[in-house]
Amino acid sequence: MSTRASTLAGHVMSAPSIIALFLWMIVPLGMTIYFSFLRYNLLSPGMEEWIGFVNYKFFLTDHAFFASLANTLILVGSVLVITVIGGILIGLMLDQAIFGRGILRILVISPFFIMPTVNALVWKNLLMNPVSGFFAWISMSLGFQPIDWFTQAPLTAIIIMVAWQWLPFATLILLTALQSLDRDQKEAAQMDGAGPIAIFFYITLPHLSRAITVVILIETIFLLTVFAEIFVTTGGGPGLATTNIAFLVYTQALLQYDVGGASAGGIVAVILANIVAIFLVRLIGKNLDA
Amino acid sequence: METNFKSPTGKIAYSVFAWIVGLAIFFPILWMALTSFKSEIDAVNMPPLFFDFNWTLENYTGILEQSNYFKFAMNSIILSFGSTIIGLVFAVTCAWAMAFNPTKRTKDTLLWMLSTKMMPPVGVLVPIYLMFRDWGLLDSRFGLIMVLFLMNLPIMVWMLYTYFKEIPKDILEAARMDGATLPKEIFFVLLPMAVPGIASTMLLNIILAWNEAFWTLNLTTSDAAPLTAFIASYSSPEGLFWAKLSAASTLAVAPILVVGWFSQKQLVRGLTFGAVK
Repeated sequence: MSTRASTLAGHVMSAPSIIALFLWMIVPLGMTIYFSFLRYNLLSPGMEEWIGFVNYKFFLTDHAFFASLANTLILVGSVLVITVIGGILIGLMLDQAIFGRGILRILVISPFFIMPTVNALVWKNLLMNPVSGFFAWISMSLGFQPIDWFTQAPLTAIIIMVAWQWLPFATLILLTALQSLDRDQKEAAQMDGAGPIAIFFYITLPHLSRAITVVILIETIFLLTVFAEIFVTTGGGPGLATTNIAFLVYTQALLQYDVGGASAGGIVAVILANIVAIFLVRLIGKNLDA
Repeated sequence: METNFKSPTGKIAYSVFAWIVGLAIFFPILWMALTSFKSEIDAVNMPPLFFDFNWTLENYTGILEQSNYFKFAMNSIILSFGSTIIGLVFAVTCAWAMAFNPTKRTKDTLLWMLSTKMMPPVGVLVPIYLMFRDWGLLDSRFGLIMVLFLMNLPIMVWMLYTYFKEIPKDILEAARMDGATLPKEIFFVLLPMAVPGIASTMLLNIILAWNEAFWTLNLTTSDAAPLTAFIASYSSPEGLFWAKLSAASTLAVAPILVVGWFSQKQLVRGLTFGAVK
C-alpha cells in the first residue's frame, strides 16, 4: 500500500526529526572540522586564520595525546573485560532457579541507574578513601596497608567505578540472551554425557556470541567518552594519569580556550568512535527488517 | 535455559552464594543510604559503623532547608520531563511514518539516526558551546532541554518504531477507510494501542536525561544546573561532608532507581536497538 499520498505523508511526518538531528549533529560537526584548521583562541578574538593541519600536527605529536590515548584504550579495554566476563558469570548465576531471583536481579542492575557524579563521589569518598573508607577498613582488618587509590592507582580506581556502572548493562543483555537459549539442546547434550564446562563452551558461549558483540560495541561507544567520573574525582590527574581523550579535549576547549586545538582533538575522537560505530551499525542493520 | 537443582540443599547453598554476590554489587548504594542517616562524625568512624550508630535525619533536613536544593531538583525534573515530552512529539510522528509508510530509504534513515547517537559529544562540544554562548543559551533550561531532547531522539524513534511495527497495519487502514483523518488515526487508533510502548520509551528517556552528565556539567553553571551538577559541587576538597553528600546523593538517585526497576525489560530493547531479543 504505497500510494503517493501515503509516501508524501511519511516524508512530511518524518522530516522534523531528520532535520532536527541533521542540525544537531552534522552542522556542528562541520563547524568542528572547520575550526580544526584555524588558529583560533578565545583569548585572542579576531586573530583567526587558516593554518591547515597544524592543529592536528600539534595534537597528534603532543605527549598529552599519547598519554590520553593510552589511558582511553586501557580504560575501555579493562572495563570491557571486567563487564563481559562478569556479565556472563552473573547472567549464568541469575539464570538458575534460586530463591528471590526477582529481587536479586533488581539489586544487581541497580548501579546502572546511578548518575555518574554520584557513582564517582560515593566510590571516592565512602569506599576508596585511604583513611576512613570502607576498603581501607577491609585492608586493615586483613593486616594490609590501606591503598591510597587516587594517588597510587588513580586509573584503576576510575576503571573500577566505571566497570561497576556498566556491569549491570552487560549482565542484563547477556541474561536476556541466555533466557532465549533452547533448553532441549542442553538436555540432549547432557544425555550424551557432556559436562557443565563442555556445555558452556560448546553450547552456551556460541549462543551468546552475538549478544557479547553487541555489548562490546555499545559499551565501547559510551566508554570512549567517559567524562563525569574523571571530572569530579581526579580532574584528569595526577599529572595526566587519568586524562582520556574526551577529558583532554575538554581541558583544551574550556580551560585553555584553544578552539582550534580542541576541535582537532574532537575530530580525532570522532574518528576513533566511528571505527567502532561502523561495525555496530552493520550488525544492527543486518538484524533490521525494515 | 534454567537449571533445576537436584537437591534442595544445593539450591539453598547456591542461593546463598548468589545473594552474597548480589549484595556485594549493591553494596555501594546500600552504604551510601546508610551513611546518609549518620552524623558527620559517625560517617568517618573507624571501624565503619553498620547499624549501631545514632540514626539521624539531620542531613536530610539540612539539605531540604537549603533553598537551592529544590532549584536543582526542579531543574532535573524540568529537563528530563521537558526533553522527553518534546522528544515524544517528534519521535511519534517520525516512527509512525517509518513503521507504516516505509520507503526504500527508511532503513538507511533509521541507521543514520542511530549513527548520530554514536558521535562522541566532545566532537561537537566546541561549536555547541560557542553557539550557546553567542545565543545566550548557556545555563538556560531551554538550551539544555533542546540538547537532551536531540541527544535521545534517535533512541526514542528507534524504540517507538519497534513497538509500532508490532501493531497490525490493517487496523490503521480500516480506520482510514472509515474516513479517519491522519491526526485522528494517530491520536485515536495508533496511540491507544501503543500505550505500553510509549510509556516505556518515556521511562527510558527520563532515566537517560536525568543521569546525563556531559552536557549538564559543561553547559550550566547555576540557574539551569540539575542534580548531576549539584552533586558534582561536593567534589571540592574543602570540608568533609560525606553524610550530607550521601543524603543528597540518595535523594538524587532514589526516584530514578525506582523508575529503573520498573523499566528493566525495556532497557534491553532501547539500548541495544533491537539487536538482542
